[in-house]
Amino acid sequence: MYIVVVGGGQVGYRLAKILLSDGHEVLILEEDPDRCEKLTEELGSVVYRGDGCEVVTLESVGTGRADLFVAVANRDEVNLAACQVAKHRFDVPRTIARITDPANEAVFQILGVDVTVCSTQVILSHIEQELPSHPVIPLLKLKSGSLEVVEVKIPAGSRVVGKKLGDFPMPKGSAVLLVIGKDKGPQIPTKDTVIEAEDEVVAVTNSENEEPIRAILMGK
Amino acid sequence: MKVVIMGCGRVGAELAGMLDSHGHRVVIMDTDAYSLRKLPASFGGSAIVGSGLAGEDLKKADIEEADVFVSATRGDNRNAMACQIAKHIYHVPRVVTRIYDPMREEMYHSLGIESVSPTRVVAELLKEKAEG
Repeated sequence: MYIVVVGGGQVGYRLAKILLSDGHEVLILEEDPDRCEKLTEELGSVVYRGDGCEVVTLESVGTGRADLFVAVANRDEVNLAACQVAKHRFDVPRTIARITDPANEAVFQILGVDVTVCSTQVILSHIEQELPSHPVIPLLKLKSGSLEVVEVKIPAGSRVVGKKLGDFPMPKGSAVLLVIGKDKGPQIPTKDTVIEAEDEVVAVTNSENEEPIRAILMGK
Repeated sequence: MKVVIMGCGRVGAELAGMLDSHGHRVVIMDTDAYSLRKLPASFGGSAIVGSGLAGEDLKKADIEEADVFVSATRGDNRNAMACQIAKHIYHVPRVVTRIYDPMREEMYHSLGIESVSPTRVVAELLKEKAEG
């Protein structure tokens, strides 16, 4: 396969090195002359100095016969422009762009980039797996004793939604102080206060009971 | 007409002033607050600090209500991306940009973006002057 890689940074370099050793024909486009020299020393004459978004440059490296076009520069807009020129001017069958802003994933797909890879999103999804998506937010630690005031936002799927506060007892030493309704505003709760989705519940608790409170208020 | 302009350089600021004095509603945005000083003193539209590539900033500029989006930053790639976001994500009826690379201008044109290439325009003007 003939693969054009835009951007000779760390990602471009590693990618090219592996693809070359797999026997592919690879060309790296890089604008910075010093970087070009370094890459040439390491990889041989597979580096071309130029702007990977420019039609003239892409023409001179034979982008028209490329099977794959990979844009891994460190700016999202550069990668988009490069992939679009490859696709619309040179009919490259498959374009891959690296992006850093997860919000751009949808944009790039709408605009015709075949594959997007967002390292930020990959890392985020690993973090999110390990953290509850609606955490118990500590608001205030009381100086005396180990008590703290925490806030919990009730998720839509929680089993307490639509039920009275009195129906689910809090762990010993913990109490709900305030329920802030999305529409109703803050109210001092009684055991008859009905909890709704998106309500913010402020409670006083000790650190051991944080997890039980989370389980009661946010469990499905 | 409601116009959102991205990029408050010399061209962006001048254009904002012109459109504003013609009675259009203008919002101009730039990532650098300092650039907004280039706006003429008489400018009556709004000026905000933000990027035309960021959804939340575009919403602050009321992009959903805009009739026209103009991108006039120094970077062709930024201009092209911002215009395509305005057109395809926020469905702004008309998007116009400046593209320095004349060969890319045709391509963006075929993608539904109106553009002006100062490179070609200025080169032609200079050629006329040179030939006398």
